[in-house]
Amino acid sequence: MASDTTLTPVTIPAAPIEARNAPISVVGPVAWARANLFSGPVSTAVTLALGYLIIRWAIGFIDWAFINAVWSVPNNQTQACRDARGVGACWAVVTEKHRFILFGTYPYEEHWRPALACVVFVGLYIVSAMRRFWRKELALIWIAALTTIGVLMWGGVLGMPYVAQERWGGLPITLILSTFGLAFAFPLAIMVALGRRSRMPAIKAICVLYVELIRGVPLISLLFMASVMFPLFLPEGMNIDKLLRAQIAIILFAGAYLAEVVRAGLQALPKGQYEAADALGLSYWNKTGFIILPQALRMVIPPLVNTFIGFFKDTSLVLIIGIFDLLTAGKTAIVEPAWQGFGVEVYITIGLIYFAFCFAMSKYSQSLETELNQHRRR
Amino acid sequence: MSDATVDPRFKRTAPRRPMKLSWSDERVRAIFWQVLVVGIIVAIIWWLVSNTQRNLEVRRIATGFGFLQREAGLPIAEHLIDYSPTDNYLRALIVGVLNTLKVAIVGIFLATIFGTLIGIARLSRNWLVAKIAGIYVEVIRDLPLLLQLLFWYTILQGLPGPRQAMNPIDGVFLSNRGLLLPWIQWEGAHTAALLAAVIGGVLTWMYSRLMRARQMADGQPRRVWPLGLLLVLGLPVATWALLGAPFKPDVPSLQGFNFRGGMLMSPEYFALLVGLVTYTSGFIAEIVRAGIQSVQHGQWEAAQALGLKPGVVLKQIVLPQALRVIVPPMTSQYLNITKNSSLAVAIGYQDIVSIANTTLNQTGQAIEGIAIIMAVYLSISLSISLFMNWYNSKIALVER
Amino acid sequence: MTFFGQTLKAGLRAAAFAVAALAAAPAVAQAPAQATGTLDAIRARGSLICGVTTGLAGFAQPDSQGVWRGFDVDYCRALAVAIFNDVSKVRYVPTTAQVRFTALQSGEVDVLFRNTTWTLTRDTSLGLDIPAINFYDGQGFMVKRSANVTSARQLDGATICVQPGTTTEQNLSDWARSARIRFTPVVIERLEDNVAAYLTGRCDAFTTDVSGLAATRSAQSQPNDHVILPDVISKEPLGPLVRHGDQRFADLVRWLHFGLITAEEYEITAANVVQASTTDTRPDVQRLLGRTSELGQMLGVDNRWMVNILRVTGNYGEIFTRNLTPLGLQRGPNALWTTPGGLQYAPPFR
Repeated sequence: MASDTTLTPVTIPAAPIEARNAPISVVGPVAWARANLFSGPVSTAVTLALGYLIIRWAIGFIDWAFINAVWSVPNNQTQACRDARGVGACWAVVTEKHRFILFGTYPYEEHWRPALACVVFVGLYIVSAMRRFWRKELALIWIAALTTIGVLMWGGVLGMPYVAQERWGGLPITLILSTFGLAFAFPLAIMVALGRRSRMPAIKAICVLYVELIRGVPLISLLFMASVMFPLFLPEGMNIDKLLRAQIAIILFAGAYLAEVVRAGLQALPKGQYEAADALGLSYWNKTGFIILPQALRMVIPPLVNTFIGFFKDTSLVLIIGIFDLLTAGKTAIVEPAWQGFGVEVYITIGLIYFAFCFAMSKYSQSLETELNQHRRR
Repeated sequence: MSDATVDPRFKRTAPRRPMKLSWSDERVRAIFWQVLVVGIIVAIIWWLVSNTQRNLEVRRIATGFGFLQREAGLPIAEHLIDYSPTDNYLRALIVGVLNTLKVAIVGIFLATIFGTLIGIARLSRNWLVAKIAGIYVEVIRDLPLLLQLLFWYTILQGLPGPRQAMNPIDGVFLSNRGLLLPWIQWEGAHTAALLAAVIGGVLTWMYSRLMRARQMADGQPRRVWPLGLLLVLGLPVATWALLGAPFKPDVPSLQGFNFRGGMLMSPEYFALLVGLVTYTSGFIAEIVRAGIQSVQHGQWEAAQALGLKPGVVLKQIVLPQALRVIVPPMTSQYLNITKNSSLAVAIGYQDIVSIANTTLNQTGQAIEGIAIIMAVYLSISLSISLFMNWYNSKIALVER
Repeated sequence: MTFFGQTLKAGLRAAAFAVAALAAAPAVAQAPAQATGTLDAIRARGSLICGVTTGLAGFAQPDSQGVWRGFDVDYCRALAVAIFNDVSKVRYVPTTAQVRFTALQSGEVDVLFRNTTWTLTRDTSLGLDIPAINFYDGQGFMVKRSANVTSARQLDGATICVQPGTTTEQNLSDWARSARIRFTPVVIERLEDNVAAYLTGRCDAFTTDVSGLAATRSAQSQPNDHVILPDVISKEPLGPLVRHGDQRFADLVRWLHFGLITAEEYEITAANVVQASTTDTRPDVQRLLGRTSELGQMLGVDNRWMVNILRVTGNYGEIFTRNLTPLGLQRGPNALWTTPGGLQYAPPFR
């Protein structure tokens, strides 16, 4: 309409023609299916084959998991379950053993304490996930929450009887190993990442050696080291609880991987930021604390969450050194003769718990990534 | 900026200040901190070592690697080299390393193929295919590998026994003893043929490089594959025929408790392989998807506008760019497969960790046992890293 | 977002403090285990730390409520009663086959009740002592009845499930060599996984101590489908382990076992022990229950220690009946020496 010729008046028709709907072959579910499921002979064949398999499998699964399943049996009489073998699931094993799977050998009447500790852990995750809490108070919240968890689990105060570490088990152990692992590995990782970029050759060499050594070996070997070698390192008469030894191994392991994540953030920061800070005459610690880390850490939060998901899953390896985490507790639950052979049901239950945690975290990390990258997108 | 553009007046270096013994001198501080940190670490290590020495003495635990020459007495089910329980620990450990390599190499190969397929499936225009691939990736990545391994192993154990073995094709048996395939009785001629194939491959590679250099010189494309085919296939066949063409099929058959003959893939190996491949392919799929998506659409369109064939577009335009994004994270996935193969210990596949573990249990020499495990994994990791770094530098963007 | 500078140092300090506190807490709590004698260390700590298996039906295994139960666990409870006259003052540390000795050597546990075979190497080169044999066992094989096997000699070519890192594995290969039998091992770390592998048919035979085989067999819905072969290929004397060099504590553990045996011999049970402690006129019983002489004090515990123990756990026979008989285990060599074939014998309480 950029023309400046005089506009001639147009007469508008009295009855406007109704806008017609687009043909059904272009919009609507049929069209969608045609475009996305049946766009060609190959696509159609694949869709039909997959659809058939999925429906068949789903029916079989529902039959097994719900319709023919045994949900509970009277005191350890597993005959009903054994009869249903192959046709139906025996969820009775989970009904009977769920408290053991979740809390291990923790005193039965005190189970509310580990349960509350798990709630505190989840609350801590949720609070840490909210951006409005990304302030210095968050560190205090973490310290407070972890202290609360320690008090709840150990007890010995406020009328709660003392519970020694070897009685802890199940889900709290998984959460403790991964969360405390992160909490202690994080400062370590920052120091190592800074050290690896340091101009002091000796410090740089030590950090490189640490990171590459740990990343080159499997976690299992570190856990073995913690369980059979570590006691030899200490002077006679002094010893460290095996849970703590495993925790130290996980911290050392997590530290090396997190250090690489943090280093990626430090490297991604434009050089100008370093130079500007130097130009202002800031000391090394002021430069690092006020200029570099706040920006670098913010960039690496999504990969940090992904690394955390990795540790969360990896804590299951303590099975191999006999610590009662969620997976070990589940496996021990089916040692009792009456319940032997119902592994699949227990594995599925444990799998669901792990999945719930990991899926929530991975979805969060994905949404965070889009959110943090918004300014880059126009 | 190269040196040529710098004004010669600015090409002076800063004057070297003499080092002052003062806290304000950065170099003094640097030396102080390094001495301090190194000192602390050395002190800790010294403390640990001296404690260990005292403990070993008090507990009368033997030290040194002398036990490697002693008779192991441990039975190993799968061995690539000859082994019996009367052999020494060293040989048992070598068998373990080979078993680790066997699962890691095959795992890396399969996970790459499978992961790439899933990654491409996630970008499929068929909604159902893309959705299933997406769910697969999400579920697989959110469950601990150990749980998955235990699950697979439980499933494989549910297969019928050897007497009711599934027999889809003549000579192929699938039972809870594993997968049995017909094989040939291995003789020297076969080894020679295999060697000839490797030599043929190397010659083909050299030939193709030569032809490529010629093409660079005169622009004339040359066919490589006829001679290549001859070298890779003809050479081994000729070698085999020259050595008398031995061929005795080794078909498995049920005798007593078990199958005799044939090539066996045990359920432990199979479960570990399936677990590692499905788990890692979930991660590789994401890497591949990100790599393909990183190549801008304009690249495809521009290549098509030039009239290149789709295959050529993929090979010459898209893949080289995608690989640049794919290779570095792929390296860490390959390292992960190798390290995760150590979970074999949970399902009874006798890899290096399992055998070293039994060794340290029988000899009581924990430090040596764990040192062996770590040394083995460090050298494998280092080899993979070096190879992948070399490959990465080869395909990296050459910047001006 | 400028809090990092201040919090970095503060955070590091806090972290360092926390690590130090965490590391120091257990170290202080369980400090001098060897220096002043195990018994004093246990008293100072206020609880006995007992190493048990990570789960073996009948011997040590947590129930649905997470309470440890079993033959070995009853011995731990008895020892706690001997020292504290309080059955709750015992803590159980589950140990795997490979960390058990390290755990004991380093003082992480005071005593191992963890069906461990007494061998010369373990007695001499690990710095450990085995004060008594509380369970006589031997390694055997279990096969499915449908396999029609009646002797282990017929197992040539079979696939056999075995746990690694134990004497079982070495016994198996020794036996196979001397009997000229070829077999394929399936070596799985945890016992329950071995059982699962055997049941699904991954292995033709399953080998472990006969007690374990019996426990496994009785747990099946059709125990008669499984046969324990008559061949016993090894001697497996199982007993508690203590650290070498603390004879006082080793004596206590040894005589605890002998006390339980003696009580069975004189038919003192959980039900009648209180009455017997005042009315029984047999001199041996009076000495055992601390009415005359001061045997308990010689061991460094209360004089009425056996009364307290028997009230809680019962005698050896009762412990056996409660934990192992439900698994279908016969007393066999673990019967008292007074029965034919019985090996359990206690020196006199005098």
